[in-house]
Amino acid sequence: MNPPILEIKNLHAGVEGKQILKGVDLTISAGEVHAVMGPNGSGKSTLAAVLAGREGYEVTEGEVLYCGKDLLDMDPEDRAREGVFLAFQYPVEIPGVNTTYFLKAALNEIRKHKGEPELDAVEFIELVKQKMKILHLPEDCLKRSVNDGFSGGEKKRNEIFQMAVLEPKLAILDETDSGLDIDALKVVSDGVNKLQRPDKAQFVITHYQRLLNYIIPDYVHVLFDGRIVKSGGKELALELEEKGYDWIVNGELQAV
Amino acid sequence: MSTATETIEGLVKQEYKYGFYTDVEVDAAPPGLNEEIIRLISRKKNEPEWLTDWRLKAYRHWLTMKEPEWPKVHHAPIDYQGIVYYSAPKRKKDGPKSLDEVDPKLIETYEKLGIPLKERERLAGVAVDAVFDSVSVATTFRETLSAKGIIFCSFSEAVHEHPDLVRKYLGMVVPYTDNFFATLNSAVFSDGSFCYIPKGVRCPMELSTYFRINAANTGQFERTLIVADEGAQVSYLEGCTAPMRDENQLHAAVVELIALDQAEIKYSTVQNWYPGDADGKGGIYNFVTKRGLCKGRNSKISWTQVETGSAITWKYPSCVLQGENSVGEFYSVAVTNNYQQADTGTKMVHIGRNTRSTIISKGISAGHGQNSYRGLVQVRPGATNARNFSQCDSLLIGNKCGAHTFPYIEVKNTSSSVEHEATTSKIGEDQIFYCNQRGIATQDAVNMIVNGFCKEVFKELPMEFAVEAQKLLGVSLEGSVG
Repeated sequence: MNPPILEIKNLHAGVEGKQILKGVDLTISAGEVHAVMGPNGSGKSTLAAVLAGREGYEVTEGEVLYCGKDLLDMDPEDRAREGVFLAFQYPVEIPGVNTTYFLKAALNEIRKHKGEPELDAVEFIELVKQKMKILHLPEDCLKRSVNDGFSGGEKKRNEIFQMAVLEPKLAILDETDSGLDIDALKVVSDGVNKLQRPDKAQFVITHYQRLLNYIIPDYVHVLFDGRIVKSGGKELALELEEKGYDWIVNGELQAV
Repeated sequence: MSTATETIEGLVKQEYKYGFYTDVEVDAAPPGLNEEIIRLISRKKNEPEWLTDWRLKAYRHWLTMKEPEWPKVHHAPIDYQGIVYYSAPKRKKDGPKSLDEVDPKLIETYEKLGIPLKERERLAGVAVDAVFDSVSVATTFRETLSAKGIIFCSFSEAVHEHPDLVRKYLGMVVPYTDNFFATLNSAVFSDGSFCYIPKGVRCPMELSTYFRINAANTGQFERTLIVADEGAQVSYLEGCTAPMRDENQLHAAVVELIALDQAEIKYSTVQNWYPGDADGKGGIYNFVTKRGLCKGRNSKISWTQVETGSAITWKYPSCVLQGENSVGEFYSVAVTNNYQQADTGTKMVHIGRNTRSTIISKGISAGHGQNSYRGLVQVRPGATNARNFSQCDSLLIGNKCGAHTFPYIEVKNTSSSVEHEATTSKIGEDQIFYCNQRGIATQDAVNMIVNGFCKEVFKELPMEFAVEAQKLLGVSLEGSVG
């Protein structure tokens, strides 16, 4: 069996005193693609935020191990340097900061952390050119400020492009399909698929099944009211698409 | 680029590193201000009578003036009788003729500040006039410059060696009646730099004055006068530091620039006076009058300033665009952190036809800092086809600081066009988190965003200065987030 990358155990977390995650258990091993689905308000984005270390989220119970280390004890930048990547649902605009410069700084922080030599401008540009092809990203995106004036589709592609450059061990994709038309969805999914490796894992958070037509998960989990109420293979996503969340929700209620 | 970032990382962990004090024997006047003190200063400097009279006229006029109350800054009243108006490191003879005669302690001071005065150690291409308290202690590369006919020396020397030039241009742009602080300066100024670039000469190196306040309870009142004759070009840099003290110290300088036909003057400042401590105690009051006169046709004056220091900054480097087709530019980054206050901006006075001006102002406020842009664009009736573009951007870091903009526009010629753009933005937690999530630590993220915000101004700075300015910004904003 492959070594686990992420082990979430009985995770309880909330924001501003409101309990949102009520005991999440989930283990993701190297080489696996997991999808978490769930209706609005079920806690999907909270889970992503807690894993990435966003301020304002309070963990009240449980633990999260990342490659055996206590993830929740690390600062957000250390999590990133250790290989945790979050593709944002709403990528943030940073006017005035050049995309290439930003990404080079990020990559070199990660390389420094691993004890690898930093890349100089020439080496970095070489790397970037290779990775751009994967995402069919127009070259001028690199010259612009980070996400500044990007269309919704460009922003999402830029997230996956950054993922391609930074090569994280654990990629968390938070509603990456939202706001994408079908062509952009294909490009983004294709990029994500090309980046999967036997020693890496992907954690795809989505509301809709359609993304999972392109990024085929090994496991699908249904998050409802802060807990994972059902897990299965990729066919679970199709079943959900057909029957709707009510099917599980009602079942869940009956069980209570 | 990565080395610049590393240096910022190193520097953000430091406090104001220029806060040391040099123990030198000084020749100082008693505190207080009266005609006798002014005569004493003039006598010490062995000045001609016309200059003594000019000082006295200024002093008498100053007595009729009131300290301006319109700037958006607050401070306890300044006791003008408590200030020492003249303090100079003691000299052996009449003053050093060469660097060998300069007190080694002073040379050491400037070395600590990163300004080696020994020419062979200087980066080629920058000549320095070093001003220590009230006097200029050394000017480098004078021979190289004089071969081209360029005069670059201390103001005191210029009074003796080039009296006609000084007399002709002193007060031409900033008359002794100009404003409270400029008038005070006219009465008591002790030294400064003088620079004259003759007709058609392009100055082969950057000229630079480095100001250092050392003595306690001393005001620094220097005057800089730069004249670019027809077709001449010069780029001038100014730097400044002071020891850390609990008392506030007054710096009231005057800078006058004069550009004749086709001449160009570029004046860059990286102002790093001691800003006071984190609770707002101590620091320099930087009340400075800087003005350039584009006297000739097609002349150009460009001000670039990076203001990171001082407890209070009150400063409006301005251009009077008299010559036809003359151009005035103002690029500014002003940072206020902790309890610093800045009221800064520019005046562009369009008098001649087809005159053009550009104003790019970037204000950054952090901590409890208060940052005001105050600017005047004035188009006089004769300024046909005058054009101005102003852009004032403010960046806020945290919830306790303030940014204010006071643009004044007076247009008296209908063929002119004046544009003003302004934005205010805040470094958001979302932006910081986004950077964190990519592996970039919070302070580096702030530096990155701030440098991005300022880059339009930084690109106007000479190379060395641009790196220095980025580093300074990192230090000034240390701990401003989180």
